[in-house]
Amino acid sequence: MFAFALENAWLIALLPFIAFAVIGLFLHKWPKISAYFSIFAISVSFVFAAIIGGRVFFTGEAVNYEVAVRWISMPGLQVDMGLLVDGLTAVMLIVVTLVALLVQIYSIGYMDKDPGFASYYAYQSIFAGAMLGLVLANNFGQIFVFWELVGLASYLLIGFWFGRNSAKEAAKKAFITNRVGDFGFLLGILFLQIIFGTLNFSGLAGEIANYANTGLLIVISLLLLAGPIGKSAQFPLHVWLPDAMEGPTPVSALIHAATMVAAGVYLIARALFIFSATPETMLVIAVVGGFTALFAATIAIVQNDIKRILAYSTLSQLGYMVMAMGIGAMTAGMFHLMTHAFFKALLFLGAGAVIYAMHEEQDIWKMGNLSKSLPITTWTFVIGALALSGIPPLSGFWSKDEILLGAFAGGYTGLYVLGTLVAFITAFYMFRLIFVAFFGNNQGGANAVEPPRVMTIPLVVLAFMAVVAGFVGSPLMDYRFADLVTYAGAVHYEASWLVMIVSSLVAIAGIFLAWLIYQKKAISAENIRSRFSGIYKLLYNKYYIDELYQWLIKVFVDGTAKLLFWIDIYIVNGFINALASLASKSGRLLSYAENGQVQTYAAYMFAGIIIILAAVLFGGLAILL
Amino acid sequence: MDITLLSSEIFIAILGLLTLVLGLALPKKAKDLVGIIAVWGLIFILIEAIFSFGIEASLFNGVYMIDSYGSFFKILFIISAILVIMSAADYLVRFENRKTEFYSFMIFALLGMVIMAAANELITLYIGLELMAVSFYILTAYLLNDELSAEAGLKYLILGAVSSAILLFGISLVYAISGTTVISEIILNISLQPLLVAGIILLIAGFAFKISLIPFHMWAPDIYQGAPTPVTAFLAVASKAAAFAAMLRVFVIGLPIASFDWNFILAILAAITMIVGNLVALKQTNVKRMLAYSSIAQAGYILVGLIAFNVYGLKGVLFYSMLYVFSNIGAFAVATSVEVVAGSTDIKAFNSLGKRSPFMAAIMTVCLLSLAGIPPLAGFVGKFYLFAGVIQAGYLWLAFIGLIMSMISVYYYLNVAKAMYIGESQDVTPIIPSFSAQLALWTCLAATILIGVYPAPLTNLVQSAVTLFL
Repeated sequence: MFAFALENAWLIALLPFIAFAVIGLFLHKWPKISAYFSIFAISVSFVFAAIIGGRVFFTGEAVNYEVAVRWISMPGLQVDMGLLVDGLTAVMLIVVTLVALLVQIYSIGYMDKDPGFASYYAYQSIFAGAMLGLVLANNFGQIFVFWELVGLASYLLIGFWFGRNSAKEAAKKAFITNRVGDFGFLLGILFLQIIFGTLNFSGLAGEIANYANTGLLIVISLLLLAGPIGKSAQFPLHVWLPDAMEGPTPVSALIHAATMVAAGVYLIARALFIFSATPETMLVIAVVGGFTALFAATIAIVQNDIKRILAYSTLSQLGYMVMAMGIGAMTAGMFHLMTHAFFKALLFLGAGAVIYAMHEEQDIWKMGNLSKSLPITTWTFVIGALALSGIPPLSGFWSKDEILLGAFAGGYTGLYVLGTLVAFITAFYMFRLIFVAFFGNNQGGANAVEPPRVMTIPLVVLAFMAVVAGFVGSPLMDYRFADLVTYAGAVHYEASWLVMIVSSLVAIAGIFLAWLIYQKKAISAENIRSRFSGIYKLLYNKYYIDELYQWLIKVFVDGTAKLLFWIDIYIVNGFINALASLASKSGRLLSYAENGQVQTYAAYMFAGIIIILAAVLFGGLAILL
Repeated sequence: MDITLLSSEIFIAILGLLTLVLGLALPKKAKDLVGIIAVWGLIFILIEAIFSFGIEASLFNGVYMIDSYGSFFKILFIISAILVIMSAADYLVRFENRKTEFYSFMIFALLGMVIMAAANELITLYIGLELMAVSFYILTAYLLNDELSAEAGLKYLILGAVSSAILLFGISLVYAISGTTVISEIILNISLQPLLVAGIILLIAGFAFKISLIPFHMWAPDIYQGAPTPVTAFLAVASKAAAFAAMLRVFVIGLPIASFDWNFILAILAAITMIVGNLVALKQTNVKRMLAYSSIAQAGYILVGLIAFNVYGLKGVLFYSMLYVFSNIGAFAVATSVEVVAGSTDIKAFNSLGKRSPFMAAIMTVCLLSLAGIPPLAGFVGKFYLFAGVIQAGYLWLAFIGLIMSMISVYYYLNVAKAMYIGESQDVTPIIPSFSAQLALWTCLAATILIGVYPAPLTNLVQSAVTLFL
């Protein structure tokens, strides 16, 4: 069965695409059938992924399966369409198919009665299919194709409620910000093709060593890095992700957990052999990741919108993963990606359940005491938050600990301290959210009604995963994750009690502080806010990055645009118009030759022959040999 | 000699006669059966041809060749015939009680083409060509009550006869010098002399008429517009491919460049054809006429591959001919369906087709964009091969002209798309083509996209077909 699943792994990515096509072409008139068809396709994909991943994780047997067919073949350019299944792919397959499946089931309830129900499922399918194609790819060319499809699908879903102006703007913002990163990414890929003549991962891996530490490789790796920075929303291209919550909440869950931002981190892991050949790039990755982690976590403290808090939390956690890649702890980074996918999907779907129950209310201060009215949602949400905060033995603890351990034992003391600080802030803002919205004295949520079972069951499943998913990388299962998702020359550090205890303590401290301020009201939040009003404002306005970009765009982009517009109107257009009128005039002139008379036509033919003959025989002797 | 080697040709001939006889013998009510028999018979022959792909043999002392090259074109012709017949289902009403003979003439034309692609001897080639041409003279004038159609048929007959004379004159000059009409033996017996040059130029002119190179193209717009639309589709696609198939064999094997540099003459013709064909197409207001000029321009692109005279260019010719079948027949099939409903193929008749039949509008758009060479559709890959080949051969300027003209062509192709999606029309009743036409449209759509996205299988097929020239 395993061999069958492995040899047909391409079906995992193909099935959602088929669902997309079938819904788009035939089923869109029947929303329910469309949804079931889409869910059916992704469940079959999940079964395949589970067979492959289950075997890999339960037996601990490494897998490395690669096949390819030639896609484009011309002199100097060979591009394959191939499949690569190894430990890294197996993890991603399970994460993506499981989260996508649960999100689609959940959406039956959440999107019920939406007029675009069928197209919603078509987009969901193409989103999942694109991401699965991306993780199965065995070369950069193919990755890029699916990378762009992921971008397209996210655009469609973020802007799903395109009647709302904010959704339209958010979709555009996501797409355009990603274009910036993709531009660098594509340049990097082209460089690889030009210099190495191949885009295949294993082919490149053999060649890269000869270029280690060269300036050229630094340029290439930095260009490649631009892709993940855009897609995984790292500073300074992070601006799109918080706005992306304009899409339906299940879509946010998908974007934040499995199918969009994970792509960037996955790519860094997959191409780590390129990045790790240049210490400079690795340093850039580590610093960008670490900075994003702290930067986003601080913003999350002061947000009031439940989804916005979670969005900044995602940014921060992605920073964590990227930082892990940068310090060479690729295994830890991927481990965190996996656990994060489960608990972040859980948190977003939980937030969706709250929003559903509260009739589109997203401000946490207008909620309160939801634990009474929404018990299932509350407790699964708490489990997710505990996992995110890194409380043992939940999954987040193990993966976060691995990253901190990597920084600590690898000698990156600064990043270790930063990481620990972020862990504290994370615990604090998550429990600020929980105490205010779910337990607070406000009675805003007292009358809410628990959403239907089709929405709560995915929450329970994800809560279960959020609890247990960490064990595969824990001493309890012999660090099996580390053996399977790794690369040549990776080092594994011995677990450190110090790191574990410190990270658990800061997490508990963060929760305790949140309890003091927001539940016990021992410390007045108002007081702190007024005392640090400058910082509060800075954080609340997200460090004014959006405003800064707005200003830069206004000055530079609009300025250049004005100049180019002038050139375009007066110089280029004039020239083109002249050409166009020349083309159309000569077209008309030439069509006069066509007068409908057979004898004219024959005359043209003979004239042609005579002119050619004359030219060759008398005039153009040069043409002869 | 093994007669089974000729089984496709024999089956096609039998099928042609069978449909003719059945048309007479069957009672009026059962006449619809003839079309079904024709299509299924052709599908059967297609399968047979696909399975015998790769068989190599030389028949009648080298006069008739069974090889991958001929088989490739045979498959191409049969596919075109099937698609055209299927997409014509709604149109046939106009032929009144002459429906059944329509199938016979289509199949006889098909037989002529198959012979042209496989003939290794000039007279045999000429016979195939005449069989095809005569069938087309009849088919062009098939709308007896329509003046345009009758006029087109007569014009085609007269001009076709003139071009046949030119071709025959060329053949006779080549024979006079080389003493043989077997194509592969010509090269052994010739030396460069004015008479040979004259012969080659006459041969070029003869073929140029069939593939409508400028200035031998003048018949094409009038006849394409006047002929029944399915016939136009078959004429524009299959008869051109047949002429290319024969021309490649004659010029690459019989009169290779070493004998005389005909290459440059063709380069000039191709350049003029691409430029003038595209420019005149800009001004057309009738879709059929626009497609006629577009197909003139397309012939210029395909010719570029022969001029390249290297593996890439020759592969490009075959590759492009195949994708051209799907893209062009797709476009013509939509035009046919529109004509059946609207009674005209003026661009205005396509107004708001996007609302009346989103499916057909989508197919038309995809097919036209493929003809314009927009990735990821088939036309892009085909043009890529053609132009890559000719650049490799050193004709950078020709590739440049081709690219510029492809750009210009986007304008008139999109003009149709604009009419379909933006144009307003009083009549917004949905258009639903018959099942068989839908099937043909789906095939064209799928093939146009599939060849563009995943060209490797067709590339491999083409690779084995051009081994003849290596």
